[in-house]
Order: sequence, then C-alpha cells, then structure tokens
Amino acid sequence: MICGEAISKYALRAVTSNPDYVERLLPRTDFPLCDQVVLIGSGLIWNIYYAVLALFFGFFFATAIAVAKASQQPVLSWLARTFIFIFRGSPLFIQFFLAYETFTLIPKVGIDIPLGFTTITAETAWLTRAWLGALIVLFLNTSAYSAEIFYGALQSIPKGDIEAADAYGLSGFKRFRRVIFPSMLRLAWPSYTNEAIFLFHATTLVYFSGFPAWRQSADALYYANYFADKTFNPFVAYPIIAVYFILFTLLIIGLFGLVNTRLNRHLPADHRRKFTFRPTLIR
Amino acid sequence: MFSYCADPDSIEGLTWLSCYLTTGKHFAFYRSILVVLALLAMAAPLAMAFGFLGAMARRAAFAPLRWFGAIYTNMVRGVPDIIFFLFVPIALDQALEWIRHQVKCPDWTEPVRQGNDFVVCAAAKLPLGSSPQWVHETYGFFTALVAFAIVFGAFAANTLYGAMNAVPRAQLETAEAFGMTERKVFWRILVPQMWIYALPGLSNLWMILIKATPLLFLLGVEDIVYWARELGGSKTSQFDYPHPDWRIYYFLALLVFYLLMTWGSEKVLGRITRRLSHGQATAGGERLRKAAA
Repeated sequence: MICGEAISKYALRAVTSNPDYVERLLPRTDFPLCDQVVLIGSGLIWNIYYAVLALFFGFFFATAIAVAKASQQPVLSWLARTFIFIFRGSPLFIQFFLAYETFTLIPKVGIDIPLGFTTITAETAWLTRAWLGALIVLFLNTSAYSAEIFYGALQSIPKGDIEAADAYGLSGFKRFRRVIFPSMLRLAWPSYTNEAIFLFHATTLVYFSGFPAWRQSADALYYANYFADKTFNPFVAYPIIAVYFILFTLLIIGLFGLVNTRLNRHLPADHRRKFTFRPTLIR
Repeated sequence: MFSYCADPDSIEGLTWLSCYLTTGKHFAFYRSILVVLALLAMAAPLAMAFGFLGAMARRAAFAPLRWFGAIYTNMVRGVPDIIFFLFVPIALDQALEWIRHQVKCPDWTEPVRQGNDFVVCAAAKLPLGSSPQWVHETYGFFTALVAFAIVFGAFAANTLYGAMNAVPRAQLETAEAFGMTERKVFWRILVPQMWIYALPGLSNLWMILIKATPLLFLLGVEDIVYWARELGGSKTSQFDYPHPDWRIYYFLALLVFYLLMTWGSEKVLGRITRRLSHGQATAGGERLRKAAA
C-alpha cells in the first residue's frame, strides 16, 4: 500500500497523541513525502470538523438573525444589525484573539449537566481549547455572514409568492415554513455555497491566531507550516495542502450543487439560479 | 512625555493613564497603525495593476497567456488566502536569493538545497547580513506587500474580468463599426465603461483587504497586532508601568479600529457608487434618474 507505514503512524495524529494509536513524535530530521502528505491530510480532520459543525449550527442561527433583521420590531432588528455589523466588520483574526483572551479570563469551574441517565461535567476551561472556543467564534462568524445573505434573499422573495400564501390562508409560522423559508433558501443558496467554501478556508486560521495547538495536534495548515519551517522549503508542504483544499472545495461545490438542484426542482431550467464564484465573503 | 511622568510610581488614576498611554512603546504602537495604512495604500493600487493585467491576460488571443490568466484568476478560488500569504514571501525570498546566487557566485559548486537547509553564498543573501536593521524590516514589509498584491490581484482579476464581460456587447460592436481597431475599442470603449460593473466587487475587495491586514503579523511585520500583544501582556513590577494581562483591552481597541475602518469605507464607497451610477443603464442609474425627475 502506498504510504502504508506513514498512514499507520500519522493518520490520526491530528486528533490524538496517544502512543497506542499513533506515533507521538512528529518527524524531526528527515521528512519523507509520505509523512508530509499523511500528516497534513490528518490535520484536515480538524478543518472539516470546524467547517461542518459551524455551518450546521450557524445555518439555524443565521436564519433566526435574518428574520430578526427583517422584523418590524425596532429593537430586534437593531440587535440583529449590530451583531452582523460586528462580526462582518472586523477581521476573523482579531475575533479569534479577542475570544481567546476573553475565555482565559473566565474562572475555571465545572458545571454539571444532568442528562437523565448520566451527568457530564462541562468545564469552562474547555472554552480556551480550540475545539470549543474556536468553534464558537467560527459559528458566530458564519452566522453573521450567512444572516446577511439570508436577509438579502428574504428581501428579494417574489411578492407573488407571499400573496399566494396569503390567498391560501397561510399565516404566521406555517407561511414561513411552507413558503418564505423555501424561497429564501432557494434564492440564497448560490451565495451560501460561497460562504461555505470560505468558511472552510477560514478554518485554517484557528491555530494561527490565539488558540494554541495541544500536544501538536492541530489542523492541516499547522502541519504544512511545521514542515515548511523545518525543511526551509515551501515548495512541497504548501502545494500539498493546496491540493487538499482544492479537492475539498470541489467537493463542497458538488454537494451544495446537489442541494441547489433539489431546491430548484420545481422551476424550469432557465429560471434556476446557478452557483457562480464570488469572492465577496472572505474574512 | 509629560513632566509629571518622571516618577510613575507616585501617580494614580487618569494622570497615570495619560503617562502610560504616551510611553515610547505606545508611540511605536500608534506608528504601527501607519504601517497598516501604508500597506493598504500600496497594496490597493498594486493589486489593481496585477488584477488588470490578469484580466487582460485572460482575454488574450495568445492561448498560453490566456491559460496563465485563467490559472492566476482561479487559484484563489480553491486555496485559502492564508496559504498564499505564508507561501509567497518565503518563496519570493528564496527565488531572489537563488537568482543572485547564480549571478554573483558562479563558481560555487555545492548545491543550494543541502538537506533541510537553503544555502547561498554570503554575497547573495537578501538583505545582506551586514545591512542595518531597518533594511531587514523594509525587506520583510516588501515581501509581505508582494504577497498581498498577488493574492488580491487574483481577486481583482476575477472582478475586472467579469466587469469587462458585463459591458454591453452592442457598445463594442458600434465601436468596431466606426472602424476602431481592437486596441482602441478596448481602451476607449470597454475600459471606461467597465468600472460601474466592477465597483461592487472592488468595494468588497477593499473591505476584504482591510480585514486581511492583521495577517501582516503572521509575516513577521511589527504591525498593530504585534504591538497589542506586546503591550497588553502582563508587566511585572520591574517595569515602570506594571499591570496585569490587559491584552483583552488592546484587542478590543483593535476591534473598534477595524469596525471604524470598515464603517467609514462603506460610507465613502456608497458615495462613489452613487456618483458612478449617474447616467448609467443600470438599476442604480435608473433610480437616480427617477429621483431627479
């Protein structure tokens, strides 16, 4: 098998440093290509973890914020606007720094959460760890960007759709769920695809800003940077991570394209909105 | 700075704060804001130039040039920009040193890459080992600037290429019918009209550029993030102005600084859009026309 030894040594190095599963020490003196490819690929586990969870939770929060921004209630709308302004108007890099410094100031205590059958102790110290702290920042950040996209889509829902819903006697939450939300999603989806891509790219910032890597378990860019520093040769490690990211970007475009097709399935082909790359959403 | 600051231990409250905020290190912090503004002022036109050339290359009739343009404009789509920011400065540095090595030390026989080292002769080092500190700092800033120009040039090329395609075809055909050469059509008809289509994208790009400036810190430039960490870290009583860990306040200040920058830019760009929309056959131009009528 290609790179079999490197895979058995380092495939899970990004998530654990337990010597039962992985080689604890990173390569130090010589850096075979296999080790570099496997370790950087192992780091991608974290990039995927952050992107998937932040996008998943962010999706619901963003919908709520978009609705709040579009609401007639001035206080609610103002709150939503302020939230979006703060997270879209400042660099993600600074947000990570600031969040980390804030989380380190929170007193270290454990909070018991009863789950019925068992009790887990949530420690506030987890917030200073990247897996939770950085996830929260990314979640809030993508919520703000997505909320702006969803708000734009809410504003451009065809008037006729809503009038038709009214004519059918739909109102309140039912009208939202059956008519407004699907239309919003359909209109927003091409831009939302861009947001997903750039959120995935933004996950590379986690270990570069504030959040320290624990026992050298970190994301793909951490390892790529490690190799580039150690070998003093940027022409191997960075192209490897670049190829990984291109592949995953194509995967995101493919997956979101499938959803887009489904969202547009009732429309004639020439009315469908297609994904176009627009670098409007980089942090 | 003030005369009453001579003995910081004896003062308190606002007086202490006024002394604390005017120490030499704090002025270095304020000066580093200028570094950020200088980067913005230089990176924006450079990126525009790179972007314009990239968009032109993508429209070129000569196929290899067109492929190069396509690769350049597409490379930022799939790869995070931070990878370019880490890659370009070091790659550029090694490329320049390698060229100088070939020119200045032709009789050097050992390979440049020895194991995990990159070795060039002393005369080819950039900057030279003997040069003063400011040359090193300027060189670091320069490589960072090139990285910004290349990455944002690629974004700008995307926008400008789209804008060039958005200019109504009929306009160009009319120009051709008047007997203009291809070059004249490009410079006299296409370029003047494309800006209104490019503006939304370029405004966005400007915002992104502002928000990318803290990455300078990653490239080893002593920018505001560097100074915020430096000054905010807890200072023991050995220092003139001892204080606990205040980094959170410094980062809050940075956050406000960036919010003000993006907010101000939004206002200015909104005005420019209004002005450029005047008399254009776009939705914005139509709205202006109706409002005036």
